[in-house]
Amino acid sequence: MNTELEELYQQVILDHSKRPRNFGELPDAVSVHGDNPSCGDEIDLHVKFRADGGVEDLKFTGTGCAISLASASLMTMKLKGKPRAEAEEFLRAFHQLVTSDTAPTQKGLGDLILLGGVRKFPQRVKCAMLAWRAFEQALHEPGATVTTEES
Amino acid sequence: MTSIDWAKVRSDFPILAQQVNGRPLLYLDNAASSQKPRAVIDALVKYYEHDNANVHRGLHELSSRATDAFEGARTKVARYLGAESAEEIIFTRGTTEGINLVANTWGVANVKAGDVILLTEMEHHSNLVPWQLLAEKVGARLRFIPVADDGSLALDRLGELLTPEVKLFAFVQVSNSLGTINPAAELCRAARAVGAVTLVDGAQSAGHMPVNVRELGCDFYAFSGHKICAPTGIGALWGRRELLEKMPPWHGGGEMIVSVTYERATYKQPPHKFEAGTPNIAGAVGLGAAIDYLEAIGRQNIFDHGAELTERAVKHLGEIPGIRVLGPMHRGALAAFHAEWAHPHDLTTFANEHGLALRGGHHCTQPLMRKLKLPGTTRASFYFYNTADEVDRMAAILRDARKFFDR
Repeated sequence: MNTELEELYQQVILDHSKRPRNFGELPDAVSVHGDNPSCGDEIDLHVKFRADGGVEDLKFTGTGCAISLASASLMTMKLKGKPRAEAEEFLRAFHQLVTSDTAPTQKGLGDLILLGGVRKFPQRVKCAMLAWRAFEQALHEPGATVTTEES
Repeated sequence: MTSIDWAKVRSDFPILAQQVNGRPLLYLDNAASSQKPRAVIDALVKYYEHDNANVHRGLHELSSRATDAFEGARTKVARYLGAESAEEIIFTRGTTEGINLVANTWGVANVKAGDVILLTEMEHHSNLVPWQLLAEKVGARLRFIPVADDGSLALDRLGELLTPEVKLFAFVQVSNSLGTINPAAELCRAARAVGAVTLVDGAQSAGHMPVNVRELGCDFYAFSGHKICAPTGIGALWGRRELLEKMPPWHGGGEMIVSVTYERATYKQPPHKFEAGTPNIAGAVGLGAAIDYLEAIGRQNIFDHGAELTERAVKHLGEIPGIRVLGPMHRGALAAFHAEWAHPHDLTTFANEHGLALRGGHHCTQPLMRKLKLPGTTRASFYFYNTADEVDRMAAILRDARKFFDR
């Protein structure tokens, strides 16, 4: 079997895509819709911020490929309860992880590291980034729609 | 069926003899675009090395050779479609441009507020969006023949939908996302009975089966060159002469005029009236060469070979657990399917790593995918240079994909 494929679709990633965590609605949350029209990936990300801007809770709903669903699932687990600055740092680190050959310096990415295999598949980076772009939008301009297709 | 040496035919396509990701290329995305035989590539080279100049203008040798080559290609297209004359053939960039031309000329002149444009639920965006734009412009309404559960058109609804308010009925001859072969002649007859003009989207049929516009009884027929072994950026629109003659021009410019003052212009007769600017001469030459090539093989042979491959593929796919093939039994040379264990994009990524080119996604039929409640499908589409062995290899790769994703 092809090792790059093995790296892209590790067991943990397939598991998260089939049984995504934090999947569902979140009342009284900020919501952002993200989609990649040419793929059909769609996500609705719901984020509840604390008064100090930290992430209290987040959930998502949507449909998409294994990479987009696993990325969203792992992201919600990672960002839940994080102070705003730290959440922004993870966003930056994750982007570096899936796009750059230099390993991110950010510690504590945990299972998100498993999505690093995406960097060998440039056409799939937008799948991995969709939930993260939605989160970025929630931080800066909640209520809007995002896409990762032009990036 | 005439006996064809398909292995020899395949060797006419230089691009197919390559490895992708360490495996022999297995190209099954022919409904998106076909590959080009050496004869077409050579025709382009010969044109550019010997005959290139602008058409219909210069009085010099090269211009007259280029004009002959360009108009010669038009004659070939006319013969290929069974048109009455070459004057009924307008060169376009492809099916999309042909449909937009009809919407913007015949449509704007003839479709009025309250009129109905009848389409089907299986149209490609290229045979949907131009009509949405026209309907919005003139205040017309769109109406759709539903797709039945088996992927064919719900023809039992035709009577109630194809009413005298229908000014235009535009439909696809072979669906790019289901493979359905629609009964085009029957639909055109029914349209004629209520006085509706018909446009047939021939993108998936022109290179795959015998097509004769007079036997179809349609009024317009549009197709793309690149799906029938010709270069990209060239296609043709056939229109019934009496309709073309009454249509206003679309694009204005050189090539399409008889005389011009600062205030106004008079226009040439069709087809040149609809071909403003320097055309895609080399593309037309390539299209002519592609038509010669396809006719030497024979379109019935091409259809039969495609049907054999598709039947084999559908049988293989049906044996893989969790795969459901869409569309009716009687189909064009493609099989689109849903795999419950992998999203189309994960599946096409997996396939690509094994040298297999499949298409995953909504196939430019978003409303249909929404109706079918699918995020998209994976599609294998065949052409005459594909082989039974390739179909078997595709099936083996998909069986491996199931083991890989369903763990």
